[in-house]
Amino acid sequence: MESGAAATTDGGAAVAIRGLSHSFGELEVLTGLDLEAPAHTVLGLVGPSGCGKSTLLEILCGLREPSAGTVAVGAAADAPGRLARCAFMPQRDLLLPWYSALDNAALALRNRGVGRAEARAQAGELFDRFGLAGFEGERPGRLSGGMRQRVAFLRTLVAGKPVLALDEPFAALDAITRAEMQEWLAGALREDPRTAVLVSHDVEEVLYLCDRVAVLSARPGRVVAELRAPAPRAVDRVAAVTDPAFVHAREAALRALREGSR
Amino acid sequence: MRLARRILLPLLLIAALIGAWQIAAANGAIADALNIEPLFVPSPAEVGSALWENRTLLWENTWVTLQEILVGLGLGVLAGIVLALPMRFSWLLRDTFFPLAIAAQSIPIVAIGPILLIWFGFGIWPKVILVGLATFFPILVTTLDGLRSVDPEAVKMMRTLDASRWAIFRRVEVPTALPAFFSGLKVAAAIAPIVALFAELVGSGSGLMHQIVTDNASLEVDRVFAAVVILMVIGLLLFALSSLAERLVVRWR
Repeated sequence: MESGAAATTDGGAAVAIRGLSHSFGELEVLTGLDLEAPAHTVLGLVGPSGCGKSTLLEILCGLREPSAGTVAVGAAADAPGRLARCAFMPQRDLLLPWYSALDNAALALRNRGVGRAEARAQAGELFDRFGLAGFEGERPGRLSGGMRQRVAFLRTLVAGKPVLALDEPFAALDAITRAEMQEWLAGALREDPRTAVLVSHDVEEVLYLCDRVAVLSARPGRVVAELRAPAPRAVDRVAAVTDPAFVHAREAALRALREGSR
Repeated sequence: MRLARRILLPLLLIAALIGAWQIAAANGAIADALNIEPLFVPSPAEVGSALWENRTLLWENTWVTLQEILVGLGLGVLAGIVLALPMRFSWLLRDTFFPLAIAAQSIPIVAIGPILLIWFGFGIWPKVILVGLATFFPILVTTLDGLRSVDPEAVKMMRTLDASRWAIFRRVEVPTALPAFFSGLKVAAAIAPIVALFAELVGSGSGLMHQIVTDNASLEVDRVFAAVVILMVIGLLLFALSSLAERLVVRWR
């Protein structure tokens, strides 16, 4: 497994979900999903709590096989293949408290058998760009919430997978830090475009960060609306989210979300 | 300030208690109050001189008891860990062996002590076995609980970062289990001296408990207290060493 991972720095794999349904025993959580994220685009998923968003990400990442339907990441349609192509950024940062920020960021490399010094050097190169220079040796407990989240994102990027699965990456942050982190992530993805699937319950967040947004219904989750985020978006977050086209899209998403929740 | 509070205050209290004991023992107040011979109430100064004058004898017996404690504790810790690991990975092993471990823990040590003596003789081994039997269980239970308290989300995260089963064990499960393991170690370290002393009481030709029994019979009360002081120091050192090891290993807390 350590050597089998198809690690690539090329962010170009497309995600295609066809007729996907999933049940846990009797409980149907997802039903009849058709979704696509072309290479280098960000697909947003927004929906009420418990609509199966996180399950969808687990299936995408190859941590589960769906009950029905297919999920393809690039050429891989099987779970091990998807697992090798997707990196997962969980809701809580899940940094390992016994490792320094640098060793946390380098985890994927270490897991693949890269030596400690080499892994640290590779991960360390990105710290400056992520505003983390000087904090390489700190344990996660000594970092702020925003910094921890940036280390978690760095860890996901260092994995070098073509597809990023982001599960409510900023849900645990306070409102100000969250806005800053959204702006920061938008910048990071602009600089280093990846295929990404972002799950959130924050309509504004997905519209700001994603190219396309699918609105899911309450459980069992199905797509009730697909929106295209207004493009091109302003770099400045406040300018982007106050743009009339953005406000229009946000209201449309909220309306769909409300109807789907019923 | 914090250091002063944590070290100075208890030291002051101990010094005050020893001082009070010295005065009450020297003027016969304790013996009078208990209505016993002053011979039975040695003062701290007398205990101190007994410690010094009998240092060779005391050291010989301390070494025996210390070996019983350390070898027994070592075996107990080893057995606890060695049993916990396979039980973490296989529910079959866990369900098969855990009841047996509980049964082993429930053996009344007081009851099997004399039998072990018959089986293994008067040497160090029956004591080591008893200490090992009494200490493996807290280690097993805490280590197993620690290994099982791993965050499943962290495991998922590691799998998408290409972690093998072994990498997840080494980088996530073991560190997660360490604080619990050290809690178990501290419990085991507190039990070990008690069990070693009991084992010596059942039958032995050397060791601190053996000496205490002999000295009690010959009314060498100051040397009994000298042995007690040594046992207290052993207990404190064991706890301090476990805590130190914990602090050195579990540095992220």
